[in-house]
Order: sequence, then structure tokens, then C-alpha cells
Amino acid sequence: MSLSFVRTEMEEPQPAPSSTVGIVAWARTNLFSSIPNTILTIIALYLLVRLAVGIFPWIFLGVWDAGSLSECREIFAELYPDGREYACWAVIADRWDQIIFGYYSADQYWRPILGWILIGVSAVPVLYPNTPRSLLYVTVATAFVYPFLVWGGTIWPYLMAAVGFGVGYGVYRILAAVTAGNAFSSVIAVSGSVIAAAVWWIGLSGPISGALAEAMPWGIEAFRSRDLAGFALAITIGVVAIAASLPLAIALALGRQSNMLIVNKLSTGFIEMIRGVPLITLIFVAVVLLQYFLPSGTDVDPILAIMILVTLFTAAYIAEVIRAGLAAVPKGQYEAADSLGLNYGLAQRLIILPQALKIAIPGIVSNFISVFKDTVLVSIVFPNDPLGIADTIRADSNWNGIVWELYGFIALVFFLFCFAMSRYSLSLEKRLQTGHR
Amino acid sequence: MSEPHMDTAVDRSHMAVSDEVAIEIQAMNKWYGEFHVLKNIDLTVYQGERIVICGPSGSGKSTLIRCINALEEHQKGSIVVDGTLLSSDLKNIDKIRSEVGMCFQHFNLFPHLTILENCTLAPIWVRKTPKKEAEETAMHFLEKVKIPDQANKYPGQLSGGQQQRVAIARSLCMKPRIMLFDEPTSALDPEMIKEVLDTMIGLAEEGMTMLCVTHEMGFAQAVANRVIFMDAGQIVEQNEPHAFFNNPQNDRTKLFLSQILGH
Ligand SMILES: Nc1ncnc2c1ncn2[C@@H]1O[C@H](COP(=O)(O)OP(=O)(O)OP(=O)(O)O)[C@@H](O)[C@H]1O
Ligand SMILES: [Mg+2]
Repeated sequence: MSLSFVRTEMEEPQPAPSSTVGIVAWARTNLFSSIPNTILTIIALYLLVRLAVGIFPWIFLGVWDAGSLSECREIFAELYPDGREYACWAVIADRWDQIIFGYYSADQYWRPILGWILIGVSAVPVLYPNTPRSLLYVTVATAFVYPFLVWGGTIWPYLMAAVGFGVGYGVYRILAAVTAGNAFSSVIAVSGSVIAAAVWWIGLSGPISGALAEAMPWGIEAFRSRDLAGFALAITIGVVAIAASLPLAIALALGRQSNMLIVNKLSTGFIEMIRGVPLITLIFVAVVLLQYFLPSGTDVDPILAIMILVTLFTAAYIAEVIRAGLAAVPKGQYEAADSLGLNYGLAQRLIILPQALKIAIPGIVSNFISVFKDTVLVSIVFPNDPLGIADTIRADSNWNGIVWELYGFIALVFFLFCFAMSRYSLSLEKRLQTGHR
Repeated sequence: MSEPHMDTAVDRSHMAVSDEVAIEIQAMNKWYGEFHVLKNIDLTVYQGERIVICGPSGSGKSTLIRCINALEEHQKGSIVVDGTLLSSDLKNIDKIRSEVGMCFQHFNLFPHLTILENCTLAPIWVRKTPKKEAEETAMHFLEKVKIPDQANKYPGQLSGGQQQRVAIARSLCMKPRIMLFDEPTSALDPEMIKEVLDTMIGLAEEGMTMLCVTHEMGFAQAVANRVIFMDAGQIVEQNEPHAFFNNPQNDRTKLFLSQILGH
């Protein structure tokens, strides 16, 4: 038994035989491995080439510099006496600002631009955990600065909204300290802080920010929700829904798992109710019908209503995805966390959720992608989404008759966003792969 | 199963049992719904004792030790751990759990954290130990279980025996006064069993109070000062190992021993 055969020197790694590496070998194994595969490859290649021959000239020989569709056509007629015509990209160049920024006036473009830069920066620490944690301050600040940039007005309502979180947290700390040791300590503290924050936002923040705005009217030009349009609208709704739905979804998923009857039933009821109704219906109800039923004079901000609905809608779906992830975490993980003395909050945050969310990533990102695309559904009640803007542009006599270029461009922008999300999700899955058996 | 003898010489010099009570279980009963799993369990464990619990599958061994750190709730009787009465009071449960370490059959390491993070997590978040100190402690115990060089790997990259030793180190980092083991070696290949048992023997030699559900009778003979036999939710027989193995009193014990030792 004590005799051992152990290698003391490792063998040098050998390169693989050349017939299994390189592009020829790759093509052989992937494209021509069998007769059916070879036939498929040839057919696919033929179709691809046909497609490229048909589309590429149209795209790359298009005209960028023209004031109207008829001008485009004149240019083509001059260049190609045989009557060939290619894309008239001039519409994108001409209406770029409108498609991207909607109805902001040119001197206000810095607002959405700065907002998007902030979103980009604040996404970094969330997406890449190896970046400095101090960037998270930017993330938190962006949650309040971005709405300020988009809607403008005085800074006070946004500041008061932020203060509401502070109030909630403060009340939580106080209640937690006062009731420490009580079995219901965390329940009391959490519900107390939620109530305090709600009272603040609903009852106090309005008058206070109004008074402050009177005294110190610091701010930028106010911008009406109704004028938000184009990608500025789509991105705003999409980002808000994505950022706000995830925490809500986690809370709902945990609530649905909870032993506390009320919390459990409320979460379940909410999720099932939202999932049982199409998003279009929800939006329609919120914007059109509420307008009827609420006393005249109350003004339902359609964009705000839509943002809240899309968020709730997404959260309900993601909650179910997360619930599946939670269910997939082995029971032993909960027990190990318990036996080490971690309380519910710590166990969820440090042990269970990281594993559950990792399992749930593909489903979560699918939902993010679909909510981003669903932002165009606002067009039912509110024709300012990118597609609505396309219609507006097409209604202009200069660009009447243009179709592919506009919709193609909008599709491309959507595709880029969605593709980026999907790629990120794949890379995240890879990064989180720690040899889980 | 395994041979009744360990080849390791066990140093019993520190294994003195004090008369301080570590765990006091009185008339404890537990039901799973209608099913009466544990019936009138009485058990006193003294500080420094090493108790091995054995018995047929389904006899309630796991349930018993899981009741001690409140992973399972008991419905009748009392459990006092280190002077703290186990009740539904979360504060008491937390206190007991932080004093009682537990190792599971399937290790239950946290797969998304490195070995070192597995070991420092509870000290940092529960005991509020500064990170650096927690890491030093963790490395100390990882050295003790002889895997300091794996500290930055993930559990999935380790063998079963190594994982179980990490699990032991992880519990030790909380500086528990009592350790519970639920079949720590039964998910392991034979060649890895010894490395885990050696680690546990090392613990015993340092005077740790241990309750161990295991069928490793060699381990029981080498380190236990009491062997408890359970059947159908009851403690049927208990004795010091020599007498337990050589002179069992109860028929069920005899049958069980003859099966497990292959006499
Ligand atoms: N969560 C549960 N719900 C209902 N019955 C359970 C539950 N857990 C265990 N049991 C039952 O309780 C009895 C005792 O289970 P326990 O796991 O304590 O046995 P054990 O002695 O550890 O057995 P083994 O040697 O197989 O691990 C078994 O009959 C089992 O079927
Ligand atoms: Mg068991």
C-alpha cells in the first residue's frame, strides 16, 4: 500500500494532429461531414450568396445626402440611366435627431445624451463585478438624475423621491434596533419602513418639494411626458422597466416562497393576476380607461402609467423565472447556511439568490429583451414610439413613400440592443460557471 | 462495511470528558405529520464527549442530530444546548447554531464561492470578524485539514474527500463548541474515507465535543467514548464502544451489528 507510483515530471503538451485543426479541418467536420450535411451546406451557401447579391448593393450604394425621396430618385436616375435604385438613407440622416431624441429641442439634446452616458456608466458595476465598487454611487445617483434629465423641472421632486428611500431606511434601522430580539423584528422593521416611505412619497414629498421649488426654483426646462418620443422614449421605458423590475421580481419570488401566509398569497395573487392579462390590455386600461374614470382634472401621465405597468408586467414574469431558479437550489444549501448561523436575509443574499439568479439568467434576460421590444406597444395609446415616429416621418411629403430604410434602421437599433443583452447574458453564464456539479 | 479496527493510533490524552453538560435532551418527541419519528429521546452529552450514533436506515439518526441545531423542529420535550433552551425564539436558535457546527453527508459547500470564501463567509457576516482575520483563521483550519493549497479553487474542482474536509474546516471557522456529523463519509469513495476520518480523529484528540452519525465502526472503536444504537425512533442501547461491540444486550443491536460487521 505504501508503494506509490506518482509521476514527478509532467509530459510536455503536444499539439493536436494537423488534420484536426485549421480552417479546412473545421469545414470538414462542420460543413461537409456527411452527404446530407454537404447538400445543406451548398444550399445554404447558395441562398446566402443570393441574399448578399440582392441586398448589399442596395445597402452600400444607397444615398446619404438628399433632402427628400424625390431628390434621392433624381440622384439615382442621374447615376444609373438604366433605372436602378438603391436605398435612400438620406431619410435617416435628415431625421436622425427626431428618431433618436424625439421632440427635444436641439439645445436640450445634451439631456438624453448625458442620461444615457450615466446609464452606461452605472451599468458597469452591475454588469461587471470586478470594477470599482465606488461606481455603484453613480448607479444609485442615476436612478434619480436620469428622470431629472428626461423630465426636467426643478430638482426638488427628484430629491424628495430619493429622500423617501432615506426615510424608509432610517425607519428600518430604528425599528430593527428597537425590536431587536423579537421574533418578528424584521417583519416589523420592513413593514414600518415601507409604510414610512409610502407616507413620505404620497403625503409629504409633494407639498415639500412644491414649497422648496417656490423658494429655490433650481432646475432645467421642464419637458412633458407627451413629447417624449423616438428612441428616447423606448430607451427610457425599457431601462426603467428593466432596472425596476428585477428587484421587484426578486421580492415577489421570495414572497411567493414565504411561509407568511399574507405575503405568500399577496405575491401569488399579484403574479397570477398580471400574468393573466395581456400587456396591451393593461396599458389600454391604465391610460384610456383611467382617464375616463378618474375625476376630470386628474391627469394620468401616460408615460408614467405605461412605465409602471410594463415594470409590473415584467416583474411578474421574471418572478416566476426566479422562483424556478430558487427551486433548483438544493435544500442542502439552505441547511448549510442555517447551520452556520446565517439568518434568512443573509442566507438569501449570500447563498441562495446568487445561485438561483445564476440559474435564472437566461430566462431573466429573455424577459428583458422582450420588454425592450414591447416598448413599441405604447403606440396603441400613444403614437410616439420609434414606429410612431416612422409614421410621422412618412406622413411628411418629403419622405412619403419611404418604407424599408426607416423600418430597417429602427429594426437594426432594436437588434443591436437586444443582441448585446443576449451576448452579455451568455458571457455572464460562462463567467459564473464555477464547476457546479 | 468497514473493518472494526482503525490502523491509526489515537492519542486519547486530551480526550478527557468533563462533567459539564453540553447537550441535554429530555423526553423529546418529533413527528413528521402523522409519523412519529423520534419517541421520548433522553440524552445527555458532556463537554468533550465523542458519541457515535448508529442504527438501521430510517431509524431517525439524522432527524435526532438535526433537531439539536434546529434544522428540524421538535414538538415535545426539551433540548438545551450549552445552557440555551431551544425554542421557537429565533435569537436562541441563532445562538445555538453559531455554537454548533454541522457536517453533512453531501458536504453542502457553496458552489459559487471559493474554498476560502466558503470558510470566511459565516465568520465575516455572522460573527462580524474583520475579513483579514477571518481569512487567517480560515487558512489555519484549511491547513489543519491539509488542503491550504486549494483555497482559491471552487468546490466543484475538488474531490469528495477534499470537499468534506473543507466542510469540516468551514464549520470550525465558526469556533463551535460542539460538532455534529451526519454520515460524513457515506458519500465518499473508500480511498477518501480515511482522509476524512483522520481529520475527525484529529478533532477528537483536541477535545471537541462530537456527535457523529456513522457506520464506520472502526472510527467508533478508536475515538468514541459512547456508542448509541437507534431503532424506530428510539435509543435502544448505549454503551462504551468495547462493551457495545463485544457484548451487545438488545436483540436488535445484535442483529444490526451482525449485519454491519458481517460476522
Ligand atoms: N421531511 C420529512 N418528511 C417526512 N418524513 C421524513 C422526513 N425526513 C425523514 N422522514 C422519515 O423519518 C424517518 C427517519 O428519517 P432519518 O433521515 O432521520 O433516518 P436516518 O436514521 O438518518 O436514516 P439513514 O441511515 O437512511 O440516513 C424515515 O422513516 C424517513 O422516511
Ligand atoms: Mg440519515
